[in-house]
Amino acid sequence: MTVTPSTPSSALLVRGGRPYGEDVADVLIEDGTITALGAGLEAPAGAEVIQADGCVLLPGLVDLHTHLREPGGEEAETVESGSRAAARGGYTAVHAMANTTPTADTAGVVEQVARQGEAAGWCTVRPVGAVTVGLAGERLAELDAMARSRARVRVFSDDGKCVHDPVLMRRALEYVKSFDGVIAQHAQDPRLTEGAQMHEGVVSAELGLAGWPAVAEESIIARDVLLAQHVGSRLHVCHLSTAGSVDIVRWAKARGIAVTAEVTPHHLLLTDESVRGFDARYKVNPPLRTEADVHAVREGLADGTIDIVATDHAPHPRDAKDREWDRAAMGMTGLETALAVVQATMVDPGTLSWRDVARVMSETPARIGRDEDQGRPLEVGSPAHLLVWDPRPAAPVDPAEHASRSTNSPYAGTELPGRNRLTVHAGRVTVRDGALAED
Amino acid sequence: MRHFISIADLDRTEALEVLATTEHMAATQSRSIRKLPTLVGTTVVNLFFEDSTRTRISFEAAAKRLSADVINFSAKGSSVSKGESLKDTALTLQAMGADAVVVRSGSSGAAHLLAHAGWIDQPIVNAGDGAHEHPTQAMLDAFTLRRHLRPGDPRADLAGLHVVIVGDVLHSRVARSNVLLLDLLGARVTLVAPPALVPVGASAWPCEISYDLDAALAEGPDAVMMLRVQRERMVGGGFFPTAGEYARRYGLSTARAAALPEHALVLHPGPMNRGFEIAGDVADGPRSVIVEQVASGVFVRMAVLYHLLATDAREDAR
Repeated sequence: MTVTPSTPSSALLVRGGRPYGEDVADVLIEDGTITALGAGLEAPAGAEVIQADGCVLLPGLVDLHTHLREPGGEEAETVESGSRAAARGGYTAVHAMANTTPTADTAGVVEQVARQGEAAGWCTVRPVGAVTVGLAGERLAELDAMARSRARVRVFSDDGKCVHDPVLMRRALEYVKSFDGVIAQHAQDPRLTEGAQMHEGVVSAELGLAGWPAVAEESIIARDVLLAQHVGSRLHVCHLSTAGSVDIVRWAKARGIAVTAEVTPHHLLLTDESVRGFDARYKVNPPLRTEADVHAVREGLADGTIDIVATDHAPHPRDAKDREWDRAAMGMTGLETALAVVQATMVDPGTLSWRDVARVMSETPARIGRDEDQGRPLEVGSPAHLLVWDPRPAAPVDPAEHASRSTNSPYAGTELPGRNRLTVHAGRVTVRDGALAED
Repeated sequence: MRHFISIADLDRTEALEVLATTEHMAATQSRSIRKLPTLVGTTVVNLFFEDSTRTRISFEAAAKRLSADVINFSAKGSSVSKGESLKDTALTLQAMGADAVVVRSGSSGAAHLLAHAGWIDQPIVNAGDGAHEHPTQAMLDAFTLRRHLRPGDPRADLAGLHVVIVGDVLHSRVARSNVLLLDLLGARVTLVAPPALVPVGASAWPCEISYDLDAALAEGPDAVMMLRVQRERMVGGGFFPTAGEYARRYGLSTARAAALPEHALVLHPGPMNRGFEIAGDVADGPRSVIVEQVASGVFVRMAVLYHLLATDAREDAR
C-alpha cells in the first residue's frame, strides 16, 4: 500500500526563518510556488503557518547519487522507502543509481523507476541510466533511448563498477553530447582493487586486509579528465575520496576541462581508523581514507574544486553487514544524516556558509543532473522546493528512527547537529518536525 | 584476560604471564601422567573455517591434556560449507554449551567479531584470522626462542635479541603477531621480503624492513624465522617472477644457514615448502627448532586455555 504525502495546503507561510542563513524573511508558498518573500508577511486566510525562528531556509536538497535498490533489492530499500528517507533528510530530488536488478539500462526500467517515484510523491526521482548493458563494461546501453524516454535521463553511470575500458569510456563521453548528458564515473581501476577491502595504508597493513590504493581512483580520474578534454565532453566524478583526486580535478579545472566532482558526507567525516573494530558498517566503496584525505576533500569542497556533496546512500539488509568484514557488503545509508554531517564538518567550523551549502547540496547537483525545476533560488516565482533546518539541537543518530528500510548507518550513536523541521516538495509538506507528513 | 584475539591487545606483563604459565605447562608434560584435571567438565570448540590440521590438532591436544571435552567443527562437509554464516554458527555453538571457542578463519577480524559482536559471550581464542594475527603462534615462537637463547631464566624477556623474519609478510598473520610480540618483549626485528610482499603501510610497524636477505643475515642475527610463501593467496599474481628467482634471493639455503652465528636458531611455523623458502638440510639441521615449535605450541595453547577458562572452572567447583 502506498501512503501518499499530504496534499498541498492552500497556502503555507514560513515565518521568522533565515533564507540561506542570512537575513530573516518570511516565505509564502501558494500553489506550489513561492509567491512572496520578505519581512512581516500576512498569512492568507486558511494558510498553515510554520514558525521558523532561528532556523535556516534552504532550497530543497538534490542528491545526485542515491541507491534506491528497486527493482530487485527491495529487502534493502524501495523507491517508496528511499524517497521517504530523502524527504526526511531535506531532499526534494534524488538521482536513483542504475545498479538494480534488472539494471536500469533500458528506457523501460528507467521509466518504471520514475513512475514509482511520482506515485510515491515524497520527492522527485530522477533515474540514472547505466552506461553499459548490465553494467558489464562491454557495450554501451541505449543511452539515447533513456534520454528520450519519459524519464528524460541525463546522468549515466555504471556506479558500483568503473567504466574501465578507455575506448568505451571515450565513446560514452562522446555519445551523450547529443542530448547534453553526463557520464558519472565510479573511478576504480578493477585490476588494482581485486579483492580490496579497505584503504591501503597503515591500517590495512596492520589489520591484514587487502588494500584499495588511492592510485586506483586517481589513475582513472586522471585518464577520464584527459579523455573529457580530448572529446570536449562533460564528466562527473562520483564520490571522490583522496587528496590526489582533489589535486587532479583542481588541475583539470584550471585547464578548463568540463569536469565536476562530488564528495560523500562520510568521506568528509570518517577515516580508515574506524575499520579497526572490523564493524562492517564502516565498509564502503570507495573506502574510508586517511585524516589527510579528509582534510583535502574538505578543502576541495571549500574552494570549489569539489562541486557537490552527494550521499551515495547505499542501504543493505542487516545480514549483509552482520558478518566477517571481507564477506560484508559495501555501502552506508546517508540520506537522513547528510545535512547534519555537512553542518558538523563544513558549516560549524566556518568553512562553508549556508549559502554555500545551498550551492553544493542543491543548486549545483540540480545543474549537473539537468533538473531544471530543482535547485532554484529562494525567490518569488521559484517552485516551492525547500527545507527548514534548525541548526541548534544536537542528538545521537538512531537508525531505528530512519525512514530508510535499512539501518546501516555509520553514525549510529554519534551525536550530530541540526534537525530538519520541514521539507516542502512542490508546495506539499513532506516532512513536518522531523516526521513524515502523511495524510 | 577475557579473550585471546590479538597480540596488540596484550601488554608486556600479560605476555610474560602467558609465557610463565607456558613454562608450568611444559613442566607438567615431562611427567609420566601428562593429563591435568584443570578443565574437567568444560567444553572447548575448535571452529575451523580454514583447513589447518596442525593448529587444530595442537589446540585439541592442549584442551585434552587439561581434561576439557573437545568438539571439532570444521568447514568442510559442515553447515558452514552450505553457506551458514559465522553468526548462525556462533549461535549454534552457544546453544550447544561451548565454554570457549577456538576459531580459525580466512577472514581478518573473524575472531574479533565473534568476541565483540554480541552473538555469544564465551571466551574466544584466535587460531589465525586472515592475514591479521595468529597470536598463539607468536607466543610459541617467543617461548621457543627464550628457552634456547635465555636458558634457565623462565622470567626473561627477549631484550637484546635480533630476529630476522623472512618471506611472504604481506599475507602472513604469523609475521604480524611476531613483530608485535617480539617488539613487546624487547627484541629487535628485521623483516626481509621482496618489496611486493611487504605491505604498503608496514613502515609504521615496530621493526626494520629490508629487501636484502644476505645483508640482514650478515648482521649475525640470533634467530631466523622463515615464513611459508602462500602461493595459493597470491591474488593478482606477479609478486615475484618465478619460484627459482625467489628461492635464490630469499630462500634459506644451506650456505646461508651455515654462515649464521653458531647459536642462531632457525624457525618455521609450518607447513614448509622444502627446497623453496627453506632447504631441506636446513629444516632438518642442528639449528632448526621447527619440531620443537610444534611441542611448544601445545604448551602455549594449554596456557592460553588455562588463562581464559581456569578461573571459571574454579568458580564452578565452589
